[in-house]
Amino acid sequence: MDVIVLVVIITALVFDFTNGFHDTANAMATSIATGALKPRVAVAISGVLNLVGAFLSVAVAKTISSGLVDDTKISPVVIFGGLIGAILWNLLTWLFGLPSSSSYALVGGLIGATWVAAGGDAVHFASVVSKVLVPMVLAPVVAGVVALVGTYLAYRITARADRDAVGRGFKAGQVISASMVSLAHGTNDAQKTMGVITLTLITAGTLRAGSAPPFWVILSAGLAIALGTYLGGWRIIRTLGKRVTEIETPQGFAAETASTAVILVSAKLGFPLSTTMVVSGAIFGVGAGRRLASVRWGLAGQMLLAWVLTLPSAAIVGALAARVAETGTTGTVVVGVVGAAIAGGIYALSRRRPVGPNNVNDVPARQLQPTGAGV
Amino acid sequence: MNIDWGALGEVFVVSFGAAIAVIVLFSLGIRALAGPGADATSAPGQTAEKVALRPALAAALCFLACAVVVGYGLYLIIVK
Repeated sequence: MDVIVLVVIITALVFDFTNGFHDTANAMATSIATGALKPRVAVAISGVLNLVGAFLSVAVAKTISSGLVDDTKISPVVIFGGLIGAILWNLLTWLFGLPSSSSYALVGGLIGATWVAAGGDAVHFASVVSKVLVPMVLAPVVAGVVALVGTYLAYRITARADRDAVGRGFKAGQVISASMVSLAHGTNDAQKTMGVITLTLITAGTLRAGSAPPFWVILSAGLAIALGTYLGGWRIIRTLGKRVTEIETPQGFAAETASTAVILVSAKLGFPLSTTMVVSGAIFGVGAGRRLASVRWGLAGQMLLAWVLTLPSAAIVGALAARVAETGTTGTVVVGVVGAAIAGGIYALSRRRPVGPNNVNDVPARQLQPTGAGV
Repeated sequence: MNIDWGALGEVFVVSFGAAIAVIVLFSLGIRALAGPGADATSAPGQTAEKVALRPALAAALCFLACAVVVGYGLYLIIVK
């Protein structure tokens, strides 16, 4: 196996790791916010179930490895460029605590890199739109609607019961529903990395086109995402758990159940959804299901902006990285070093105001002030 | 361009059905446990013991039904 293939596989696992800690929030933010689970326990459960989830299906991995770009026209170096784009965008949005989509970042990076290296016709745009873009945009809406109806029904059914007992009941339910989201996340997101590694092996000639990911690929992708999840992306957990809307346990339960259903059904059909967008959609849905005014719609605007920017931004960085990396070994090394330096810089910036398990539920004072239309 | 609306529709219908079923069943279970016993008090002529037992049984059935829905969903994904 060439050195470059090994480098790409490691880079893909690094991406998977950032995917894990970027997305811990998806599964656990609402449980941590409602106190259903202690922060440390939550991320540990989430990590383990991510690993289990990775083994459930390979439909999404196959969509990534054989549907999006023409594997005969690109080399592992191109994929390397795409991954660098995706990793940097993931780290940047994490720094700002924005729950952007790791999936969009990955697809964007890959498309950008392929485009500059092999031309626009190496990208299967029709397939990108029908299998990635359309499902990605629709899924959060679906999750939001399901969560809205679910929340309404849950409050309606339990309206006459003792409030404290209801709260405790749903708190217990949330432990299970949050775990199911982690399982779904492992299934959907670990498969994206499996797909990229499989694509790399196909372009390097190690695997035949259209192959399913080998066992060691599934295992390593599952482990990388589980480890990332266990470390916890506390910044984003705070955004989703506290800043979008105050969440009660019945809402947390409804949001998690809706997200799990949407993600698992889509994964089964091979749609690589954005877990982040689905969960965010569900959280807005449960906020609206209880009381429309309680959702901070201003934050929804910010999140939407990050979503829209994700694909093109990752595509541009991925394209640049692929362009430089393609010039030869020196170019590839330069991309690797520059990428690592930027990643290090972002990490250093994050240490200035760290968010961890101890302060994840503390909302900075300024965010509690009314912010105009949103509150 | 060939968007598979059928598959997307399937995602909507199946996830709506499954999630709403779980949420409603779980809520009913909780209401049975924590509720003011709307049906228990409205049925005169029951012994106190029977009245106390009924909500617990109803709740257990609801939670069991939840587990069945979730289990069947996972079965469909993993095995089929």
